[in-house]
Amino acid sequence: MGSYAWMIALGCILGTLARFIFLNIDYRQYPSYPQGYMIHMTLGFIAAGLGAVAIPALLQKEFAAITFLALAAQQFREVRNMERQTLEKLDEMEIVPRGSTYIEGIAKVFEARNYLAMLVALSATGGALLLSRLFCFGGFLPALGGLLCGLLIFGLIKGAMRGENIGKVAEVRQGKVHFQGPLLMVEDIAIMNVGLKAARERYEKEALGVIIEPKNDNAREYLTNLGQRQALVHDVAVQLGVRKEVDEPEFTPLARRDTKTGRVGLVVIPIEPDIEPLLRAVRNVPVLEGAKRKPLDSPAGRAAAD
Amino acid sequence: MATEMSDIIIAVVTMDREAVGGDVPIFYARNEEERERIATTLCRITKGMAHDLENGAYVIVRH
Repeated sequence: MGSYAWMIALGCILGTLARFIFLNIDYRQYPSYPQGYMIHMTLGFIAAGLGAVAIPALLQKEFAAITFLALAAQQFREVRNMERQTLEKLDEMEIVPRGSTYIEGIAKVFEARNYLAMLVALSATGGALLLSRLFCFGGFLPALGGLLCGLLIFGLIKGAMRGENIGKVAEVRQGKVHFQGPLLMVEDIAIMNVGLKAARERYEKEALGVIIEPKNDNAREYLTNLGQRQALVHDVAVQLGVRKEVDEPEFTPLARRDTKTGRVGLVVIPIEPDIEPLLRAVRNVPVLEGAKRKPLDSPAGRAAAD
Repeated sequence: MATEMSDIIIAVVTMDREAVGGDVPIFYARNEEERERIATTLCRITKGMAHDLENGAYVIVRH
């Protein structure tokens, strides 16, 4: 196994590095570093190690080692459970909760990223092995080949794992906030009935409204999902701040739908009352995997679309 | 969260004694100003939200 040592090391390093790069993207959604960093870097390293030894183990006819991969997959499923449980607990203490659809999405991503580390490590070791054993290249060429293989797989998976965001599937623009009797409205979309006059005055003075118009029937269905809308208001509240205390439910930011057109109206009283950053925050909200529906992929959905 | 009751009417604040009845706590206000004040206080205490029924009554609902 000694001759494989540098290949395994290469896989380990690349896999762990891949996990690290993805951690940087994570923190917006899940700001519990540095402890969270430690947990996920360690798990990423273990995943990379498993991926890196897989092919050398196979070549050494260590078939038992391969079964450990299956065991590892089981362990990483546990990661998803762990993330889900943690986030669900934390969600109870959020002033504007993430909602279970968002949490499920984040948990899934955490699991998937361990597999990413594993696959990058596997391909790097595999690539290096192929060059050095099959083509009998010497020197640094196999190492370079392994590195390129790892990077290629990383790039491919990164592209495949990149989800859409709201800005891509819908037009996002400012909407006028006003009252129709006690009904709070964003343009013609009713949000909620606000009783207290002081609350109405604050809405009239400080609230910002956003209209989100789905570009097609698929996007309309994404925005129908309550979890997707909760994710919208959560992300907005986190990024711009929200003027709401725990005993003021009337200032909860909400996203409500116009059932005729599928447009969504969102209203929030941000601490930073700037419309452009608000629109940008809305556009950057990810389309949640759990909220995705594709009516346009079905014959009935396509026929009904106009 | 799950153990809390939600979407229930906690109280009614009204200026019109004829408009409301039943077994929720009803608070009578003499004028609009008093209605606002009672409703605000109740909302803050109960973490509820006041909704205007447009007949002189506010219902305080915990969502």
